Amino acid sequence: MSDSSTADEAVSEDPKVSKIHEAVIRIAGNSQDGIQSIGGFLARLAGRSEQEVMTFMTIPSTISGGPSIFQVRLSSGEVLSSGDEADVLMAFYQHSYDNHTDFVKEGGIILYDTAHVEPNPEMEKRFRHIGCPIAELTVEAIGGTAKDKGKNIFALGLIARMFDLDGKRLEGLIAERFLGKPENVTETALSAFHAGNAYPLTTLAEIYEFEEPKARDTEQVVCTGNEALGYGILASGVRFGAGYPITPWSDIMELLRRELPKYDGIFVQCEDEIAAVSMAIGASWGGRVAITGSSGPGIALKGEAIGWAVMAEIPLLVIDVQRGGPSTGMPTNVEQSDLNIACFGGHGDSPRVVIAPSSVEDCFYTAIEAVNIARKYSTPVIILTDQAIATRIEAFGMPNLKETCQDISPDLTPREDHKPYDLSDPDGITQHAAPGTFIKSGKYPVVTGLEHNEMGHPSGSPKMHLDMTAKRHNKLKALGRELPKPEVFGPEEGNVLLVGWGSTQGSLREATERARKAGDSISALTIRHINPLPEGLEDIFSGFNHVFVVENNDGGLYGYGQLCGLLRARYCDTKIQGINKTDGLTWRVKDVLSRVQAKLEDNN
Amino acid sequence: MSATAEIERSPLTKKELAADKPTWCPGCGDFSVLALYFKLLQNRGLHHEKFATVAGIGCSSRFPYFVQAHGAHYIHGRALPFATGIALSRQDLDVFVFGGDGDAFSIGGNHFNHCARKNVNLTYCVMDNNVYGLTKKQTSPTSPIGFKSKTDMWGAVDKPINPMQQAISAGATFVARTTHTNPKHLLSMMEAAMDHKGFAFIECLSECTEFYDGAFDSSNPRKGGEFRELPEDHDPTDENAAYAISEELVPGYFGVYYQISRPSKQDVEAEVNAKFLKKTKGLKDWEILQQNFDKMK
Repeated sequence: MSDSSTADEAVSEDPKVSKIHEAVIRIAGNSQDGIQSIGGFLARLAGRSEQEVMTFMTIPSTISGGPSIFQVRLSSGEVLSSGDEADVLMAFYQHSYDNHTDFVKEGGIILYDTAHVEPNPEMEKRFRHIGCPIAELTVEAIGGTAKDKGKNIFALGLIARMFDLDGKRLEGLIAERFLGKPENVTETALSAFHAGNAYPLTTLAEIYEFEEPKARDTEQVVCTGNEALGYGILASGVRFGAGYPITPWSDIMELLRRELPKYDGIFVQCEDEIAAVSMAIGASWGGRVAITGSSGPGIALKGEAIGWAVMAEIPLLVIDVQRGGPSTGMPTNVEQSDLNIACFGGHGDSPRVVIAPSSVEDCFYTAIEAVNIARKYSTPVIILTDQAIATRIEAFGMPNLKETCQDISPDLTPREDHKPYDLSDPDGITQHAAPGTFIKSGKYPVVTGLEHNEMGHPSGSPKMHLDMTAKRHNKLKALGRELPKPEVFGPEEGNVLLVGWGSTQGSLREATERARKAGDSISALTIRHINPLPEGLEDIFSGFNHVFVVENNDGGLYGYGQLCGLLRARYCDTKIQGINKTDGLTWRVKDVLSRVQAKLEDNN
Repeated sequence: MSATAEIERSPLTKKELAADKPTWCPGCGDFSVLALYFKLLQNRGLHHEKFATVAGIGCSSRFPYFVQAHGAHYIHGRALPFATGIALSRQDLDVFVFGGDGDAFSIGGNHFNHCARKNVNLTYCVMDNNVYGLTKKQTSPTSPIGFKSKTDMWGAVDKPINPMQQAISAGATFVARTTHTNPKHLLSMMEAAMDHKGFAFIECLSECTEFYDGAFDSSNPRKGGEFRELPEDHDPTDENAAYAISEELVPGYFGVYYQISRPSKQDVEAEVNAKFLKKTKGLKDWEILQQNFDKMK
């Protein structure tokens, strides 16, 4: 459509200003270009401007380098997903250009580095092209020879200009980011930003300005799912953790290692996954719930120990940040394929609690909820999050920390007598007396992986195994009765109910909204409590002709994903069907809708 | 609980310390270890709630059931990391870990090395019988070459682990060897281990009369052997000397091979925390967390 321009040709004529509601910006480059930080700055700016924001990123699993993208969706209204199509693509290299033009909206804008990208004439007919010698101008602005350094901040300046973003606020964010670094680092960054911001986007006929967002009651914070989960763990009162590095869980352990000392807590980096879970269980036995976590392969290694915690009924928090599997799989991609191992990955009958947070904000509150369930029911609780929710950035209301932070210090009050595995409790709930508790009767309990009597001492009695097995599932049944019935997004009756869990919630809700606008009868349901399931789901399902469980995992031999299989087993309802994919990427709204359409046609 | 209650309580009797009747075979060396553990607790006036007994899986690991106190019978090979969890999170307790050679040097081998280098403040007593007893006579990591077992019917072929050398090279700060046939020595090693600040490791030869009868006769004067204490001039702070003198497995020497003072895991973590706690002093937990959230605005 239009040619690239250079600074020489620039004519400083003010382009027209258009009001927009939202924008999706995809930045494509290599992982070492710092494109995540451009996205991070934009997301934080949105949070401070009371906008909604959601990001999406792909990272190569290589040590350094490799193509990477960061997509940020900014909106003055509600943001449910990171967006199907980009309004603007910023391409640093030819591969960024070639691989991502497909994701740009027809008529959208492609900003590219003229030093590295040769535009395709066909594409030039479809998209508005703006070339800018990004690397060259960055070097010109900040000097030095490190060609790639600072060009991310230059690019941020360009974007800020295009969308008429609040330059002062961005400068403030840049200064905060480099706080503590030598002063010239901040100055250099600001120079790069100013150079980008001053670049005359001559071929851009218009500048976009966001509509004024709705004023909010609370301040917003902006962070990733892993950060929200990590801070939620701190708020829950957990003060001991143990882990082993694995992507994408490592962020959480790094955060806890950094923060726990402030509370006189400890996080131990262990020799392996088994040591990590064992250490956490040992600490939990001490009377205060402890945490371990991992991603798929590490969860498999922890399996035996989690089984012990089920048997001995020790509270424990386990985080599984899912990634593509099996085995090493796709370490930096999203997949929801650990539901089965989380729910059923134990040897023997070993019921445990599994909860899947469905947004970044939910990660924070789920950590607290999980800890409280673990304490009340004296059970391991697995939080299933995934790579998408772990790495994406969202804005949400500042939590009331004074109210949410809790003290879960061990209770060592002396007791007259103590029988941890009391079979007379109707709900089968165990409460341990932690080591350090003086028991006046002089009879002390033992915690063990062997089948045991009410005092924890070994028992091979057939009746005891029967009763204790029942006790261990009965307490989770009691929990199931206590769980809130999930709310349907959209009308409670209709043709199609989309069921999802975890990170797909936004895409499913946006798909529902879009379909309803087009006149289709679709609602959505997020299931947060995977094991036990809440009561009342069958009532919800009965309001719909079709129940499609949309998951980021494989339909397997029989066409059901992992949650879908669980729901079919539980409700024996053939209208529950699976919609699955395993490309390692989040669900796009249009893909959800086309798959729903195809499924409906299949069914007819 | 009130401090007065503690003062009024006298040291526990053996009867008060005993729980389940041990399930070991008659003549098993583990009986001595249990008896002397009771003695140690009595001598030190430790009450039921002041210590934790942890074990993994194996004959010897049944230990916690026989002790009337807070105890944990954990999974095979992982007693040390479990015990590390309780030792770090509850530093008011004395933590004792008991296990066998399979638990310590085979399935849990890596934990042994890392617990040693981290110098976690706890006592680990390995009752080494050179055989898998609970599963009825398979080769263990300390079985000597030539030992006939159900898995090496023609005699064991792999070089056995040398527990002393492994502990020293892994960075343990207290490494001692004793035997069930010399109760006085066994008790003195337990006491020294308990007094040690850091990871204290005792290898206690503990004969399996059922599957490896006579394994340690050469160290038992009652069976015509010789109980050899480490030479008087052995310097337990000399790592090389300790390593060299531990070359011989059976009968070998008995005593403290190696002992040095190095900050324990508890100490180094407390040092890290002290720096942070200076900054968060006087703040409530939610106020500390608020600082993080304010940065995310």
